[in-house]
Amino acid sequence: MKIVGWDRSIGNLLSCPGRASHPSNEDLSPGTPAGTGHPHRNSTVSLWLKAGQALLLAVAVCFTLGAADPATRYTTLNHKLMCTCSCAEILGECNHVGCTTSTEELGLLQSGLDGGSSDQAILDSLVVRYGAVVLAAPTKQGFDLVAWIAPFAVFAAALLGTILLIRHWSVTRPQMEPQPAGPEMDALRERIRRETGADGGFEA
Amino acid sequence: MATFGSFALIIALALAAYNLLAGAVALRLLATGQKAFISPERLADTARRAGIACFFAVTAAAFALVYSVYTNDFSITYILEHSNRALPGMYKFSAMWSGQEGSLLLWAWLLATYGFVLRLTHKMDVKLYAYAGTILAAVQVFFLSVINFAAPPFALLRGQIPDDGNGLNPLLQYPEMVIHPPMLYLGYVGFCVPFCFALGALMMRYPGEKWIKITRGWTMVTWLFLTCGIFLGMHWAYAVLGWGGYWGWDPVENASFMPWLTGTAFLHSVMMQEKKGMMKSWNVWLIFATFLLTMLGTLLTRAGLVSSVHAFAQSSIGMWFYVFMLTVLCICIFTYVLNRSHLKSDHTVESLVSRESSFLFNNLVLLVACFVILWGTLFPILSEYVVGNKVTVGAPFYNTVAIPIGIFLLALTGVGPLLAWRSTSLRSVRRNFVVPFIAFWATVLVVLAVGDRPYHDGAFDSGQFYALVAWSTAVSVFSAILSEFLRGGGVIRRQTGKNLFASMLLLTRRNTRRYGGYIIHIGVVIIVIGLAGQAFNRNQEMEMNLHDKIVIGPYTLECVGFSDDANANYNSQFALLDVYKGGKKQFQMSPEKRVYLASQQPQTMVAIHSVPEWDLYVVYEGIDPANAHPIIKAYLNPLVSWIWVGVLLIIFGTGIALVPSITPGMAALRVAATRSVPAEPALHGGQP
Repeated sequence: MKIVGWDRSIGNLLSCPGRASHPSNEDLSPGTPAGTGHPHRNSTVSLWLKAGQALLLAVAVCFTLGAADPATRYTTLNHKLMCTCSCAEILGECNHVGCTTSTEELGLLQSGLDGGSSDQAILDSLVVRYGAVVLAAPTKQGFDLVAWIAPFAVFAAALLGTILLIRHWSVTRPQMEPQPAGPEMDALRERIRRETGADGGFEA
Repeated sequence: MATFGSFALIIALALAAYNLLAGAVALRLLATGQKAFISPERLADTARRAGIACFFAVTAAAFALVYSVYTNDFSITYILEHSNRALPGMYKFSAMWSGQEGSLLLWAWLLATYGFVLRLTHKMDVKLYAYAGTILAAVQVFFLSVINFAAPPFALLRGQIPDDGNGLNPLLQYPEMVIHPPMLYLGYVGFCVPFCFALGALMMRYPGEKWIKITRGWTMVTWLFLTCGIFLGMHWAYAVLGWGGYWGWDPVENASFMPWLTGTAFLHSVMMQEKKGMMKSWNVWLIFATFLLTMLGTLLTRAGLVSSVHAFAQSSIGMWFYVFMLTVLCICIFTYVLNRSHLKSDHTVESLVSRESSFLFNNLVLLVACFVILWGTLFPILSEYVVGNKVTVGAPFYNTVAIPIGIFLLALTGVGPLLAWRSTSLRSVRRNFVVPFIAFWATVLVVLAVGDRPYHDGAFDSGQFYALVAWSTAVSVFSAILSEFLRGGGVIRRQTGKNLFASMLLLTRRNTRRYGGYIIHIGVVIIVIGLAGQAFNRNQEMEMNLHDKIVIGPYTLECVGFSDDANANYNSQFALLDVYKGGKKQFQMSPEKRVYLASQQPQTMVAIHSVPEWDLYVVYEGIDPANAHPIIKAYLNPLVSWIWVGVLLIIFGTGIALVPSITPGMAALRVAATRSVPAEPALHGGQP
């Protein structure tokens, strides 16, 4: 089912965007004066765009292929929970034989799944029983939301602040008068070029 | 021995206090030019000698404690609680840091050792060393006060002395635990030295960047110790805790990681100060923050501020650390405000696309990562305080928040070296980035083709998505670093006529710091590749009777026996598993579970078979009481060994970066010598 559904998407990708947004040389020709359309350049651009399309297509196909696994939900949920026996381990990774807490928690999780409850309902029922500490991460509601927002907010603010600061520095820095290059400087530059044989990433 | 140790500690405190007072008075006299009954130089020298003597006093106390452990002196409460007669000799030594009092003594001894080296090498810059030595003495006074008054390691037992002790925590009875804590402490304590130099240089308005050059070696060695300590801890957690992982985002793990991040930021940003005279205030605050974070780490370990698996060393000395940290912070702020005019930058960043700005962004991301970890570590306390509801901030939170930041940082590792100082032109960017760009997308395709599925079963799998991005970025960064080596090596090859490998070797020797740094970056890339493998971990659990089999990946594990054993220290249960691959027996594994007699605590001994593709990791979880069959859990953890290889590369790279570069003059001589070697060995009597 999934493959068939995605076949249609693949078909769309193949037929529409490339032609619509990146016309070929022939498509360009009616509106382009003869001799000014840079046919070689256009064909290169078109080639690159097609290569890009193919790459995106390959990535999209590979991204979405996957086998169904009925145990995934159980594993995903038991990795969102903690064992509350004070071992400070993720429920699905608690390895204490005879740990009554993790056995009980896993039992509740399994019965919730068997009973057809949603993931959120199962998590909620465990929180009611064991408290919020049973969740391996803060929820995304109320004050807990602050835990999630703060890191990204700080990151964004710091990034923006740094960019603005550098721009401010580059705008306000005193401009130096270009010095006329003397023969010594020319000789030095020539020697550097000769010795390196390449510009080593610096512009001449 | 207890009396000897106690007296040694009191004498050490007195000597440190004299060092602090006499040093402070001497520096004040020197600064103001006031007359006194003794010359300030002579007074400062007596202070320095007191600091040296303090080292011997603390060493005597440390020796007394170790001697008491080995002689089973259970009249000392600490020895009674952390050792027993049957404890193997190697672990008796590690009893020194298994409890709070002993680990504080270890801290004080390492601090005294660093101080000893610092005071012996004072002739490099007498005045700056006097400042640094005096500040270090203040830190020593704090730790020795805690040891003498709040957590004495030589406290005597009241009442009848038992025949045997309670034994060492089983988690510590593992070879790596003999070196992991001292390594970590060497890292923690070591950051005190650059801190003292930074604060001292700021106090005396020290001209130039000499203090940074002096502390560079200290900082790198300290950073290396902390790195080794962290990774030894990871390996220990992997091999001992038996949950199949190596990093659990435990608060105490986080506490060691935070100063590492700020220390790493410092190691990068000092280059900006050395080369461009920039980021002076930033550097000073980075090292202040690093020192305070090491203190916070100690506080988290000791004060029970947050719940942690490292509960063996908790106590109530938190208030001492709160007061000390607050005092240090106030002194840092006061000194900075007073002398901040001294820290004006000589230059500013000129372009957003330049080597300077990449350093700035690198620092920014490292600090944000540090903030994220601090935030996650302290959020349970904040939540309890604000809404009265304690929450858990575990691996899912950090994996969501910290991994994207980590990948961004990794990408910067590759971008930075490709940018020119001051400003980089678009043409240069295009030319330098084409290889990493192609490497990135080629890796994306290969990884997807091999089987990575970021979207499957109708859901987005963040683990596999991050693995895809991490591997692709890692390969891209590796290609960027390699192209730097190849480009530089190519230039030298043209100059000298040597082969490419020899040219790259010479290139590294000419600029050990830069290319040592690149090797460290390659180590980081390899570690990231290993870490990303975690997204594909698999496991199987089974109660095994004789000849039962577990199939995991390409391996089939057959139970061929299970039994138990005993010695004076512990009882153990173990299983023997034959491992088959492709129908042929490859090797045998023997996972084990021990119960230590003195403490009656259980301990897992995991069996690990490591190959470059993955680790086969087998845990003996225990016995089913109903039928006495062992319960075995087998994991297949991809690419774990890459992490340890990456660490070795980091150690190697740091070693190279610490070696002085050969100067251009020396290099020219070597080239000339190479060229003057005659082609015919016969000219020298046939000797090549």
